[in-house]
Amino acid sequence: MLVNQFLVLAAALFSLGVYGLLVRRNIVLILLSVELMLNAVNINLIAFESMILSAGATGQIFSIFVITVAAAEVGIGLAIVLMIFRNRRSANVDDLNLMRW
Amino acid sequence: MLTARLNQLFLLAAEEGEHAGAHAGDGGWWADTAGIMLITPFIAYLLILFFGKRLKYEGGEIAVGALAINLVWATVLFVMNMTGGVLDQTTFEIARIGSDLVFELGWTVDGLSIMMYFLVNFVGLLVFIYALGYMEGDVRVSNFFGSFSIFAGAMLILVGAPNLIQIIIGWEGVGLASYLLIGHYWEDLDNVKAGNKAFMTNKVADVGLILGAILVGLAIGDFDFAALSQAAVDQDQALGAVAVTGGLLLFFGAMGKSAQFPMHIWLPDAMAGPTPVSALMHAATMVTAGIYLMARVFPLFHNLAEEARPWMIAIGAITLFAIGLLALVADDIKKVLAYSTVSQLGYMMTAVAAGGYTAGLFHLFTHAFFKALLFLGAGSVIHAVHSNNMSDMGGLRRFMPTTYWTFVVGSLALAGIFPLAGFWSKDEILATLGHEGYTTVMWIAIAGAFVTAFYMTRAVALTFFGVYKGHGEPHESPNLMARPLVALAIPSILFGLLNIPGVKIPGIGNFTEWLGVRVVAMGDYHPESINFGLAAIGLVAALLGIVLGWMIWAPDKETQKERDKFDVPVLYPLLRQKYYVDHAALGLVGVTTGPLARFIDWVNTYIIDGIVNGVGALVRGLGSFVYSILDQRGVDGIFNGLSAAADGAGSGLRKLQTGRVQQYAASFVAGAIVLAVVFVIVI
Repeated sequence: MLVNQFLVLAAALFSLGVYGLLVRRNIVLILLSVELMLNAVNINLIAFESMILSAGATGQIFSIFVITVAAAEVGIGLAIVLMIFRNRRSANVDDLNLMRW
Repeated sequence: MLTARLNQLFLLAAEEGEHAGAHAGDGGWWADTAGIMLITPFIAYLLILFFGKRLKYEGGEIAVGALAINLVWATVLFVMNMTGGVLDQTTFEIARIGSDLVFELGWTVDGLSIMMYFLVNFVGLLVFIYALGYMEGDVRVSNFFGSFSIFAGAMLILVGAPNLIQIIIGWEGVGLASYLLIGHYWEDLDNVKAGNKAFMTNKVADVGLILGAILVGLAIGDFDFAALSQAAVDQDQALGAVAVTGGLLLFFGAMGKSAQFPMHIWLPDAMAGPTPVSALMHAATMVTAGIYLMARVFPLFHNLAEEARPWMIAIGAITLFAIGLLALVADDIKKVLAYSTVSQLGYMMTAVAAGGYTAGLFHLFTHAFFKALLFLGAGSVIHAVHSNNMSDMGGLRRFMPTTYWTFVVGSLALAGIFPLAGFWSKDEILATLGHEGYTTVMWIAIAGAFVTAFYMTRAVALTFFGVYKGHGEPHESPNLMARPLVALAIPSILFGLLNIPGVKIPGIGNFTEWLGVRVVAMGDYHPESINFGLAAIGLVAALLGIVLGWMIWAPDKETQKERDKFDVPVLYPLLRQKYYVDHAALGLVGVTTGPLARFIDWVNTYIIDGIVNGVGALVRGLGSFVYSILDQRGVDGIFNGLSAAADGAGSGLRKLQTGRVQQYAASFVAGAIVLAVVFVIVI
């Protein structure tokens, strides 16, 4: 009962993230979508943790890890975006097909 | 599999002259690990081979390091042997024929081998250090030090040999290193020929060594020197039957390596090698291997092969006098020293053959220091004037003071001037010859002392006095070369005092006692007190040589080319042509081997080549069948098919690589959804 609403919220957030990831063309927005997905996962972790009441607060610790990793990832990601924009005058993923065969 | 066993050797108290050996220790850890000395130079060789070129001295420092490590062992053992005596042997069985003929390798640690360990490593280290300076900027420094390390290792294997088999291994090893180093400057055909001459002459002699070793070894069923000495002392019947033949065959081997007349012809030509090689191999250590062998099997000659000894003494006496005379006419300073070396080897051989084990080895010991010193001094001079010929030198004492005074010290020691090293060792040889009743040979040896002083005076006068006749401005050699000269001058002065007849240094005894530590004491002669009469005669002969030499070759303003003659009608041309021994030897080889070679050539061309060609054609036919049918169609077909399949698969699959990140993400999400659905349905 108690946990369902959180799971629904998390699922909605995650779906929004996936949608943004697949349809947005701007790299910055794609990165934001990834953040949404990560935070959906965080909500799930906290929700389950509060339901189970684990002794070591595992879910909370994991969510903190996820936040940390997400921060690092965004840092690197934005750096890459910046370099790409400087080199190609564009942040549109459709222009970035260099990794083709 | 190697089975290690420690042979604990037992001393046999002999009837006379039992020395420190009676209470010799086993040397403990240092003797057990002495085999390290036999290995480090080879490790150094491999390191030089792989890393030498990258280092500052192109690998020379590795060779020096190996000998420095060795010198620690050699010095500790030498001191232990001085103070208490060391007697130990470690061997590993490597093969066995039948039930009782065993081949072993290992190392002996006794008075004789310790003396040689010390000599090889001490002189070797100094010569290596000298070579760092001398060889700098040479075309092939790494090659040089690699071969030199092989020499040091092979020489240590030789002197550490517990049996005849290992001594042959070391013997051939030093022969190889000698060949490589004589031909170090192989761009010049003469050097290659000199290397070949040395190798061939030694090979002829080696046949004698190998036959002698087999004959003696089979007679007593053991190749071990301890067993051989024991059998000789026990007057073993089987050994007695082959003693003279075997002894003479071994002596024949020693004649080659130790350059005894008439097989001395290779040694002067061997001077084509770099000077450090001449100093260490062709003066101090390698050429003494023959003397060492004679000393190792000394009981054989002392107890059984008595009939062989007059021949050996005769050869030795001819060598020491006649070859010494050749040094009077050589213009190449290294050849002067080479003839001198041959002459001194004659002294040693004569002494050992006459029963003077200690006398011969003591001369070997002192000679190694002052002859290495003389060669290094000559190298220093050659380095300065860029010529081997004394007609290009002169007056160098002003330009090269260190080289000058160390060379003079070496010359005086070699000439046997009191109280330098050569005086004591030569005197001991004279005393031995006199005591054993070889009076004629003793007078020849005294005449040889005169000749020695004579030609060394000539060398010093022509090199260091008078006016400089070469090109450019000569200069003193760098410290790396000058310091080893000083380090060798000190033992050349002092080491004669180690064996003053009848004098024992408190606590450490004397050289005779150190050598006395051996498996079987066989009682050689060494004087109990100094024979003033004989010593005086020897000294007077040497002084006479110096005075006469100075009168003939004394410096003056005129060019010395005209004065450097030895104007005796028959003798001078005879000496210039080296007694025609080289011509005779080469002619003999030409006459005897010509027809034989032509016959073998015919056999080779028509019979062996025919067989080889037939086999070749057969193999070629087989090969072309295998190639065209099996290889081209079979094996290649399989591999071509496989690669075509991989190619097709690749070009199909690469279409998936669109380069669009969001397509990848979409397929990723699709996959995740599928997995999630499967997960929900299944669970």
